[in-house]
Amino acid sequence: MLDHRPTESADVLIRGAHVLDPRTGMDERLDVLVRNGEIAQIGENLQADVEVIDGGGRHLFPGFVDPHVHLRVPGQEHKEDLESGTRSAAAGGFVAVVAMPNTTPTVDSAPVLRSLREQARREARIPVGFLASITQGLAGEALTEMAELRQCGALGFTDDGKPVHRAGILRKALQYQKLVGGIIALHEEDPTLSGRGVMHEGVVSARLGLAGIPSISESTLIARDAAIAGYEGGRIHIQHLSARESVEAIAEAKSRGVKITCEASPHHLTLTDEAVAEKLDTRLKMNPPLRTEEDRQALIAGLKDGTIDCIATDHAPHAREEKEVPFEQAPMGTTGLETAFAAVYTADILPLALIVEKLSAGAPLMGLPTPEIAVGHAADLVLIDLDAEWEVGAQGYESRSENCCFAGRRLKGKVVTTIAAGGIVFRQRELAAV
Amino acid sequence: MRHLLSIDDLDREAIERILDRAKTFTDVSEREIKKVPALRGRRVLNLFYEASTRTRSSFELAAKSLSADVINFAASGSAVDKGESLKDTVQTLSAYRPDLIVIRTPFVGAAQLVANWTTAGVVNAGDGKHEHPTQALLDVYTLRERLGTLEDKNIWIVGDITHSRVARSCILAFQKMGAKVTVAGPPTLIPRGMEAMCEVAYDLDRLPEADVVYALRMQHERMTDSFVPSLREYAAVYQIDGRRLGARQVLMHPGPVNRGVELSAEVIDSPQAVIGQQVEAGVVVRMAVLYELLTGRSAPKPALTTAVPA
Repeated sequence: MLDHRPTESADVLIRGAHVLDPRTGMDERLDVLVRNGEIAQIGENLQADVEVIDGGGRHLFPGFVDPHVHLRVPGQEHKEDLESGTRSAAAGGFVAVVAMPNTTPTVDSAPVLRSLREQARREARIPVGFLASITQGLAGEALTEMAELRQCGALGFTDDGKPVHRAGILRKALQYQKLVGGIIALHEEDPTLSGRGVMHEGVVSARLGLAGIPSISESTLIARDAAIAGYEGGRIHIQHLSARESVEAIAEAKSRGVKITCEASPHHLTLTDEAVAEKLDTRLKMNPPLRTEEDRQALIAGLKDGTIDCIATDHAPHAREEKEVPFEQAPMGTTGLETAFAAVYTADILPLALIVEKLSAGAPLMGLPTPEIAVGHAADLVLIDLDAEWEVGAQGYESRSENCCFAGRRLKGKVVTTIAAGGIVFRQRELAAV
Repeated sequence: MRHLLSIDDLDREAIERILDRAKTFTDVSEREIKKVPALRGRRVLNLFYEASTRTRSSFELAAKSLSADVINFAASGSAVDKGESLKDTVQTLSAYRPDLIVIRTPFVGAAQLVANWTTAGVVNAGDGKHEHPTQALLDVYTLRERLGTLEDKNIWIVGDITHSRVARSCILAFQKMGAKVTVAGPPTLIPRGMEAMCEVAYDLDRLPEADVVYALRMQHERMTDSFVPSLREYAAVYQIDGRRLGARQVLMHPGPVNRGVELSAEVIDSPQAVIGQQVEAGVVVRMAVLYELLTGRSAPKPALTTAVPA
């Protein structure tokens, strides 16, 4: 159910990297031989007549999987396309991404999904999966043809960008899930509480005179939807958690046995609404908004105790002219694929092994295989130099858009090489010393 | 100082310097020729994206009284109506080499953005619900004239705080001058988080403590969004009238007043009201702001910088 353009199967020997796979417990300096796109051998002092990649002083992790990106195809190719979006993902160490259906037109019918998958087989550098919308045109009123969409390869369903405002519609989708399977991913926000809000409602929005989006806008809908999912026995995934109250709502639902999972984004884990006050940078405008330090700490604690299952970027590219406007007029969203690992790692908020684990933990939630560093597995690997410091945006972006909330910040940890589905999809550009 | 974007750009000393200078300008309006040559040859561009009578005209009068040349650019009927972005408009108008741009927009932070896009100095004449710094300066000026000092004075700002840029700038300015500020109004019209800036009250029970009562305009469109059930109910709970206003309290209002809503007719015409003095102060204070920003600096360099979204 994943699509990408044909790649040359890699034959490489990654020599002397610190291999860390949190799931298998592997955590030592080893050589990894990739032959024909598969992990052929793991050991010490391996020899092979293939290209050698120097892993000395670097870390080799299972590749990252992002369950939440916006690739903007079809219809918004001025923001991103399948090629640039997946190049951006590869540069961030991702070996698979799941694209959202809030495109133009919406991915809400089999023909749109089929042609999109066909395009991905020509253009995507790394494997891409697609979610279809829950309701036709994201209007929140009529269900899509979920069975046919699943047959065409939809990993699941979401109206991301909008909540499923009517409880009865969500209930019907969850009933239909019993027939068709697939995850139902939810953007949780009560529009009657969010109103015209453009940032977190609190001390900072009060000072700036900006309309606020209260935390309860998110948490109340999570509580409602967890109750519906529990009643129907359905499986839901909550997207981009931002508020402390939401973490509490998820923990409560999980304790009742509701089949509910959730994700948090690097920006919500590392930035707060205080950053918005600094200069009203529209790159810091996203939905859900950056919230307070207390919320940020709750998200970090949630990842540590397992309430939050995975990290997802919600990579949301927008063109420069769209963001180069007053804060209230700018569209919501930040890019995040190229900075995901480095932003979380630099913030020093989670143990390294947990970061690595959470950056691919979205895979099984979307019904995808989890990358693993083990002999016989397809090579889905990322080689990272943890000590390399870089300034975000200083050398541009692989993404077509430049609306990255971390722009200008110095981060630690740079992706050196990414191998996805057995092919080398990213190599760090070596710049000649001046 | 290059721009005046927020009261936070000023410390108490700077506020006092500007207001002392404003005082020296009062005699200009008394002269037969109401003009001094202080800013001769300087260009001031008024760029107003929102309707404004007194702010725009007082900026214009202030600039002309200092012999600067003034261009008024109203957003309606211009290229803005044809979809030109703020950035393009500002860069286009910057080609006329203004020394100063006075800008009002309905958007928070727009004046700051404009400052990034032009080599001219920028005065924020109101950016959405964020700030209106020259209003706060003229209010401080008016209070200094009436009370001598703001030090340790109790100032109550009453009304729709949520949608008021005047309130935000005044809170900052009054506090910098040593006053204690309380905002009062319906809980639906005081944003959550306000308590971090000043005292918050939901009724007027403690209003007699105030030395100064500053009433805000109650906008009619607030009714449609259910912020208050009716103007009648608002007036019953929050209107400043003869019963609520004490004999020694000073009454202020940024105008335009809704007679019979936030203020009763009797208090508007009472000796406690300094509403007319506020308007009068508008011209001299804005003269002082223009003087502060435009003297002692050379004409802007022609090179324009293209800024990334800021």
